[in-house]
Amino acid sequence: MSDVAIELRNVQKSFVKGQPVLKRVSLQINRGEMVALIGASGSGKSTLIRAVSGLLRTDADENGRSGTVQILGTVMQANGRVSRDAKQLRSRVGIVFQQFNLVPRLSVLKNVCFGFLGRVPGWRGTLGRFTRREKQQALLALRRVGIEEQALKRGAALSGGQQQRAAIARSLVQGSEILIADEPIASLDPSSARRVMDILADLNKSDGITVLVSLHQVEYALGYCPRTIALRDGEVVYDGPSDALTPAFLSELYGAESEELFLPGLEPTKAGGHSRPRHEAHGTARPAIRVIGTRSHRLPSEYPDGQAAPAGGN
Amino acid sequence: MANAKLVNDTSLSAVDSIEIPRPTFAERWRNPLILAAIAALLIWSWGPTEMSNASMLVTDWRNMAEFGSACLSPNFYNWEDYVGAMVETVQIAVWGTALAVIIGVPFAILSSANVCPQWIVQPTRRLMDASRAINEIVFALLFVVAVGLGPLAGVLALAVHNIGIIAKLFSEAVEAIDPRPVEGIRATGASRLLEVVHGVIPQVMPLWSSFTLYRFETNVRSATVLGIVGAGGIGQPLFENIRSFQYGETAAIIIIVVVTVSIIDLISAQLRRILV
Repeated sequence: MSDVAIELRNVQKSFVKGQPVLKRVSLQINRGEMVALIGASGSGKSTLIRAVSGLLRTDADENGRSGTVQILGTVMQANGRVSRDAKQLRSRVGIVFQQFNLVPRLSVLKNVCFGFLGRVPGWRGTLGRFTRREKQQALLALRRVGIEEQALKRGAALSGGQQQRAAIARSLVQGSEILIADEPIASLDPSSARRVMDILADLNKSDGITVLVSLHQVEYALGYCPRTIALRDGEVVYDGPSDALTPAFLSELYGAESEELFLPGLEPTKAGGHSRPRHEAHGTARPAIRVIGTRSHRLPSEYPDGQAAPAGGN
Repeated sequence: MANAKLVNDTSLSAVDSIEIPRPTFAERWRNPLILAAIAALLIWSWGPTEMSNASMLVTDWRNMAEFGSACLSPNFYNWEDYVGAMVETVQIAVWGTALAVIIGVPFAILSSANVCPQWIVQPTRRLMDASRAINEIVFALLFVVAVGLGPLAGVLALAVHNIGIIAKLFSEAVEAIDPRPVEGIRATGASRLLEVVHGVIPQVMPLWSSFTLYRFETNVRSATVLGIVGAGGIGQPLFENIRSFQYGETAAIIIIVVVTVSIIDLISAQLRRILV
């Protein structure tokens, strides 16, 4: 079995002709890695995530060689065509969305059981009948994310953080080997966000699930993911250890948006990632960060020019 | 305070120099043109509809008075027949609505642009337009020929006409759903059918139920006239009594219809409030 979990070769996508959102992106993520995908709004993070998960068709090349997305050694899509295996492949890849994407009127348990839909026989899936065993597995997944007692509530009745945990439980039930998360914490409050990131990190560490997570808040990338991939204008401008990211690079990466961001202080945070003890994760020991609020005029002096951005792209 | 003084002091020369922005030509003529168009439409329709005869309502008031006085003394002698026919009317509406929903749901899905591709959506929509365009009375006339006089013709007429309406109302609800839960289902590796069943239908269920009740109300009202062409229900005795100048009996039937329809509307409105 291949050690490569996700491989992209020359993936491009433009929604408007001549304005590519992804420009020949190539990258490789191995099994068991936990990788953050960062970048400003509109840098192509979501597009990349959706291309990887096969929810979005990438562009074909005129010479027919471009845009291969391979998951676990199988082609998800190539040259603008989603592969026949995509549906079967999707059931091995859990996707976690920014807005959780639960069916709001159905119970949490039912939503989690939907993780089985890719595997149960057609008639049972259509009727939404799940076996006792499947329900037990779903409850176990809910216990894993810590919301077992909410199982019979409607999806919409849960808080954002709980809904996101239910969504993670749904992809656990799928038996996902890879978890792809599209800004999973962007609409959560800080403590829920940390809880969700803790769960993702734990799944990565304890279960060996490969995690690719796009994050708007850089501090979480530094704190949880050993490796970071940075996108700017649809190009990979950084791919390497999160520790090596410099404040200067980050503020340049986010441009005008950097004012609203949590950026690490002058001394780059030593990111813990995997090795970060779980008991620290509940809010007591956060990475040393400072809010660079409206004081953008101080940025130049705080980040001297000497600190060049890490090597650009590939 | 300073501002108020500045605005009210008209002696200030600054006021004179202020230009009032003029609306464009199109903006100035828009409303008068719309009014003129409506007036033209009304004048065009005046002659052919014999609107000039409207004065007869006043000059020949005795005809109306005859009916009006009968209304004051409705004849409920045959009330059991009338109530029986009214119950049949409601039953026609029940089955007409049920068939329309059962057959209309697949058509609604097929005519939803966010679920099906355009080459399926457009033909389905045109077919549904056709079913809506033809009034249930016309369908009733056709079905009386096909299955003979009686309530079944009424049921089929209501069903066929309502399939088009249900498909349109239901597909509008489907097109307004949140696409994200559907994507969540797709991400689990589910098929298209499962996406619709578990992602779409739970979201539209409250609206669909409400629309169904609303159509049922409307169908009870429509069913009261289907009897005129022999398709069952209370329309038949109503029509016969009017034609034979039995105004007392006519009044009794109308009262029964009004009371029944009002009760059904009230119940349905309550149910819909619970659903949405």
